[in-house]
Amino acid sequence: MRDTVDPTPTDWNSRAMQKRIRARYRAEKRFKFYGLFAVLLSAGFLAFLLVTMISNGARGFTQTQIAVPVNFAASDLFLESSSLEGDGAAQALAGADFEGLVEEAAREAYGADGEDLVSPAAWLKVREAVSDDPELLNGEQTFWLQASTALDFASRGEVKGRQAQRPERQAMMARYERLEDADRVRRSLSQNFLVNSDSSDPTQIGIWGALKGSLLTMIVTLAIAFPIGVLSAVYLEEYAPRNRWTDMIEVSINNLAAVPSIIFGLLGLAVFLNTFHLPRSAPIVGGLTLALMTMPVIVIAGRNAIKSVPPSIRDAAYGVGASPVQVLSHHVLPLSLPGILTGTIIGMSRALGETAPLLLIGMRAFVVEPPDGFTDPATVLPVQIFLWSDELDPGFVEKTSAAIITLLAFLLAMNAIAIWLRNRYEQRW
Amino acid sequence: MPFFILFLLIAGLAVIGWVAARGRALQLSRVHDRRPHSLPGHHGSYVALWLALPALMFLTVWSAVSPGLVEQSVLASPAAEMLPEAGIQRTAILSEAGALADGTMAAAFNEEAEALVPAFREANAFYRTIGIAATLVLAFAGGAFAFLRVRPDFRARNRVERVVMWALLIASLIAILTTVGIVASLLFETIRFFERVSIVEFLFGTDWSPKSATFGGDEGSFGAIPLFWGTVLIGAIIAMIVAIPLGLLSAIYLTQYAHPKVRTVMKPVLEILAGVPTVVYGYFAALTVAPAIRDFAVNYLGVTSASSESALAAGVVMGVMIIPFVSSMADDSLAAVPGAMRDGSLAMGATHSETIKRVLVPAALPGIVGGVLLAVSRAIGETMIVVMAAGLAANMTANPFESVTTVTVQIVQLLTGDQEFNSSKTLAAFALGLVLFIVTLLLNVVALSVVKRFREAYE
Repeated sequence: MRDTVDPTPTDWNSRAMQKRIRARYRAEKRFKFYGLFAVLLSAGFLAFLLVTMISNGARGFTQTQIAVPVNFAASDLFLESSSLEGDGAAQALAGADFEGLVEEAAREAYGADGEDLVSPAAWLKVREAVSDDPELLNGEQTFWLQASTALDFASRGEVKGRQAQRPERQAMMARYERLEDADRVRRSLSQNFLVNSDSSDPTQIGIWGALKGSLLTMIVTLAIAFPIGVLSAVYLEEYAPRNRWTDMIEVSINNLAAVPSIIFGLLGLAVFLNTFHLPRSAPIVGGLTLALMTMPVIVIAGRNAIKSVPPSIRDAAYGVGASPVQVLSHHVLPLSLPGILTGTIIGMSRALGETAPLLLIGMRAFVVEPPDGFTDPATVLPVQIFLWSDELDPGFVEKTSAAIITLLAFLLAMNAIAIWLRNRYEQRW
Repeated sequence: MPFFILFLLIAGLAVIGWVAARGRALQLSRVHDRRPHSLPGHHGSYVALWLALPALMFLTVWSAVSPGLVEQSVLASPAAEMLPEAGIQRTAILSEAGALADGTMAAAFNEEAEALVPAFREANAFYRTIGIAATLVLAFAGGAFAFLRVRPDFRARNRVERVVMWALLIASLIAILTTVGIVASLLFETIRFFERVSIVEFLFGTDWSPKSATFGGDEGSFGAIPLFWGTVLIGAIIAMIVAIPLGLLSAIYLTQYAHPKVRTVMKPVLEILAGVPTVVYGYFAALTVAPAIRDFAVNYLGVTSASSESALAAGVVMGVMIIPFVSSMADDSLAAVPGAMRDGSLAMGATHSETIKRVLVPAALPGIVGGVLLAVSRAIGETMIVVMAAGLAANMTANPFESVTTVTVQIVQLLTGDQEFNSSKTLAAFALGLVLFIVTLLLNVVALSVVKRFREAYE
């Protein structure tokens, strides 16, 4: 016995005890504050990320346009409105030098370096207008044409960064202000961004090609991962005998769900490309690779959904003489379908945002034409974001952020559908 | 695309077979005036399966085999005699002639290819006709065989259900096949890599500088220690310094202190962090976080060697991505601690925070540690954040403001450069992949067994 027990009870009102209690309550408050701080910091980081993306990317959906008066009548286009009717129209249009015409018009309107203010691809719009209405050739018309990258960048105003301090840019900014005062430039919603594909000119790039590639890839992924995932979930949960094979299947599914995604890229490269010689960069290979990655997610979600169907329903069905497959297809599957679909959508949204495995199977190619089929070279939205983020031209920054906003919007929509499905149809037994 | 049209044709035939067999079963049951064993729909499915399955199997095998047969018969033709003896040019000309015959290529590049085109077309047409005919014959034979067996006492349901069972079993074997495929492809290429580079040098060497050896020269050195160190520094140290306190404290606050309304809002918000695609995090890290950290280090800390591709930027952003994993695992483990322990502590006069720190967290520790191990395995396998925000230089440094590289960065780097598949460079990527696979697998197995034992302790 080191010390003897003090027979007097603790005096809670003594100064020392009061001080100790106050300290303990302070510690309590501090700890609670740390917890709140951690939650707010995490949420704040998310908010910061979203605000940065949206403030950078909102401009990516718009473009700068500049007014260019084109005088067809006085030009040396050698094109008559009469020659644009009938069979030779396409050939006559293709032969005419619209590029030179637009450059000349820009020089006339804005001085010797006027052509630098207009995007190099702007003449396409003029040609289209003429093809729609050949009468234009007889007069003069002012077109709102897309501005060049330099002018577009200048329209952003003061920004930080090394590119922004260059004298060329300062001069261009002054010029933009003068043009703006004269109402010769405007910002308008960009049609290009949603209908174009990749390009080396940031004013011309769009996400349609990448979106279409993503869509094709997701179709392949869903067509493979969904049936296989649901069937194996059913087998494991309803019919599998307890033996070593079943254990092996379960262990490999659980492990596959935790394997880093880049390993699936290596698998796709070694098996689909080098052994089966499927085409590189094609949505079918990307879809197969992502399907192997998504399948375990669907299996695990499907098993949980099937497990939650109460056994009394199965017993009742067996009791009136249903066969095992009838019990499954008439009762268990319909009842667990909402849960399975929720898991599938979550798995698909993960696949939609996946980048790393697709880089390894060559979906990082520079693809200008949107893919027409499952075997055409294609890229997908996340890879497109990765490719644009590597570009040095400052015009790509806002386009990359705009593409990110598009991707996040798709993911948000998919998750919202999953949550809605869960709340609407999930039954608690 | 004849394969696709044939596929549709067979699917159409199967539907017709289903309808016909169902009608026949209905009619027979009326004629014989007794209860048939199976429903009419089962008879229909039986016929449809017999019609479609053998035909489609044959079609799949045939479309895999026929290109080889076509090539053989082309090589046997007189036009093939002037082909150069084996080698790259021979295969190039052959594949060009094939493309010309298909119409996928408009004009010939080699003149020899032009000469082979008629032979190719002939062989193509011949084998395609055989393929289509055999497929259709199989379909009709299977359909007829099954249709003749439609009788009231025929047990169609049992047969159909046996096929369904096989389909279920085969589907669940795909998971094993995938695992075997991963292990086999990684192992096979890794063994080829170790035939060229010694395993000791790879695992313990400290110099990583692979070179492209197109002309058979020096292939560089493959000491992977700097890569392993970079991976550990970013994924297991910096990311965890961010994720463990934030994740754990968030979980404690949300489960123990927060008002239920706050919890229902904040929990999904934190889970969004795990749903943001990693390429978005990578872009954010490279564009916003990395320059800010570099400026901070140079201006306020006086670290002049600070890189704009610092380990810190990638690690911090990765840590934020991992927060939801840590917090949801901690959440589960805290919830699994029996309420009696908590109540006992509170009844003894401990405050909430004392109960949490001295009772709940120690009791839940195995579960939390398991969750952290899972988070580490997730972090070291993460690719896009480090590809975009961490560097390529294989440095061995503990300075978080300098640039390091990771295993996943190098895999992407090695496999996106040149296309040749036999250089040590591309094979090295598979060796790195195998190491990554083994390490994440071990982490997962350990983590899951820790969590499982912990759950059992309280049941």
